[in-house]
Amino acid sequence: MKIQQLSVFLENKPGQMAGVFDILGSNGVNIITMSTADTEQFGILRIITREWEKAKTVLEEGQFVVNLTPVVAIQVPHKPGGLSSILAIFQKQNINIEYMYAFPCAHTTEAVLIARFEDPDAAIKVVRESENFKALTEEDVFKEKKACEIQS
Amino acid sequence: MTQLATEQTIWDKNESLPREELEALQAKRLKEAVARVYQNVPFYTKKFDDLGISADDINSIEDVRKLPFTVKTDLRDNYPLDLLAVPREKLARLHASSGTTGKPTFAVFTQEDLDTWSDLCARFLYAGGLRKNQFAHVAFGYGLFTGGFGLHYGIERVGAGVIPAASGNTRRQISLLRDLNTETLICTPSYALNIAEVAREEGLDPAKDLPIKFGHFGGEPWTEDMREAIEAELGITAYNNYGLSEVLGPGVAGECPCRNGMHLQEDHFLFELVDPQTDEPVKPGEVGELIITNLTKQATTLLRYRTRDLCVIHEDVCDCGRTTRRMGRVIGRSDDMMIIRGVNVFPSQIEEALLSVEGTTPHYMIELDRPGNLDRVTVSVEIQPHMFSDKMTEMNMLKRAIDKEIRTITGIGVTLNLVQPQTLARFEGKAKRVIDNRFTKEELEK
Ligand SMILES: [Zn+2]
Repeated sequence: MKIQQLSVFLENKPGQMAGVFDILGSNGVNIITMSTADTEQFGILRIITREWEKAKTVLEEGQFVVNLTPVVAIQVPHKPGGLSSILAIFQKQNINIEYMYAFPCAHTTEAVLIARFEDPDAAIKVVRESENFKALTEEDVFKEKKACEIQS
Repeated sequence: MTQLATEQTIWDKNESLPREELEALQAKRLKEAVARVYQNVPFYTKKFDDLGISADDINSIEDVRKLPFTVKTDLRDNYPLDLLAVPREKLARLHASSGTTGKPTFAVFTQEDLDTWSDLCARFLYAGGLRKNQFAHVAFGYGLFTGGFGLHYGIERVGAGVIPAASGNTRRQISLLRDLNTETLICTPSYALNIAEVAREEGLDPAKDLPIKFGHFGGEPWTEDMREAIEAELGITAYNNYGLSEVLGPGVAGECPCRNGMHLQEDHFLFELVDPQTDEPVKPGEVGELIITNLTKQATTLLRYRTRDLCVIHEDVCDCGRTTRRMGRVIGRSDDMMIIRGVNVFPSQIEEALLSVEGTTPHYMIELDRPGNLDRVTVSVEIQPHMFSDKMTEMNMLKRAIDKEIRTITGIGVTLNLVQPQTLARFEGKAKRVIDNRFTKEELEK
């Protein structure tokens, strides 16, 4: 149930981020969602895509340092309090979130949360046991994105 | 020529001996030095026996070329005090070299050596305008570093009042200089510019509002352009001096009022200039590596010490009346040592730090510049997949670990720059790891 995230090291100089998307675009890689973390000096770009194997290869050929990171995609009701209720569950179970990002969709009732856990298997177990949340496969995530795009 | 040149500026009669007399004195002292180390220093006894030579073979200054070189590694290998040429109880002071990996190398002195050292520092201080009715402010670090104490005792020898301000707190240094109406400033050239800058920030005109008239600067490379800037900014006459703790500390050479090279203290040292590739003497006027033999130092007597400093030696007679030859500015190194904020740093130490944190050595470059007159070091490291983490906390931990290790090993703080693979320049053959943007070759040679 874990899905692969591409983590890319970005040097802090103009054009680095554009360089990544140029390579992915010209190789026909579709991005489902992404997030960045920066410091003054460098950044980390996190990307979710179905074509992660190809993306990793072409980015490495372009001299980027790329790691694969297992993350968990969780379907969350897209309404006030949706996010806080899942966070409360993790806190109660003592499950640590390293970082997270989401793609809410204005046209569906669900949002997808991408989260990096210290122990992803424990997190998945908790999600499965919950009532309102669902751990998604790569296929599910892709469908969710498509559904959002079609309706928009 | 400055006004001083017309006055009497020679401290010691040995500075102006007729050349034959000076060279005869050097030959006599060389023979004694060789006999002394052969008898007292097992390291040299063995070297001489292997080469089949003894003091009997040393009868002129040219005979110095029969002697083996001494290198920095020999000092480390004989840590802590195996090169002593006198019994331990004769030692009066122990200093140590700056910023070396692991063990330092010691610079040790008998009471007689301390006397000589004070005298040699007094020579260039007196030549540069210091007189006994004046004050001199020492903004060098004290402690194990030879610079502070060497100059301190030189000032006392001249008979002037010494203010041992040491380093740091520039605002306080400025008020000390002003309140005491101090005539002479002693520090690194970059710190002199820093003092001027801070004085300006305080709303002062450093050339008018600071009382100093003379400055003696050393401990790091500098240029004629920097001299002009210091003189204009502070309204002083600036003098260059040279020394290294391995053979003494400051006082090995210093400028006279003509300021056309630093007079070598040839009665206490024998100087050679060799091609670092062939070890043969260079032709007159050519740049070579300065080789120094201690003629009089009792506690340790180094033979043909390879300074790795590149310079020229001027042989023509100086207008000041001294007969000693003069060395030009140090224009480079025959190894890759950098002098950063007065601390000696080798690229291999940066490599060692990366290796100890990472287990491998990634490709790296060291860049030096001098914004606001203070040396800045930027170390760029190409990140490798095993060093990279998607977690910011781990990346920050990596940066801090490298920073800390570099500081521990070199003693200096750097700006660490993580970069993508294959983005730093590659060089054929011997890797060029250092880009020094502080001065150009032309500026140094001017
Ligand atoms: Zn002179």
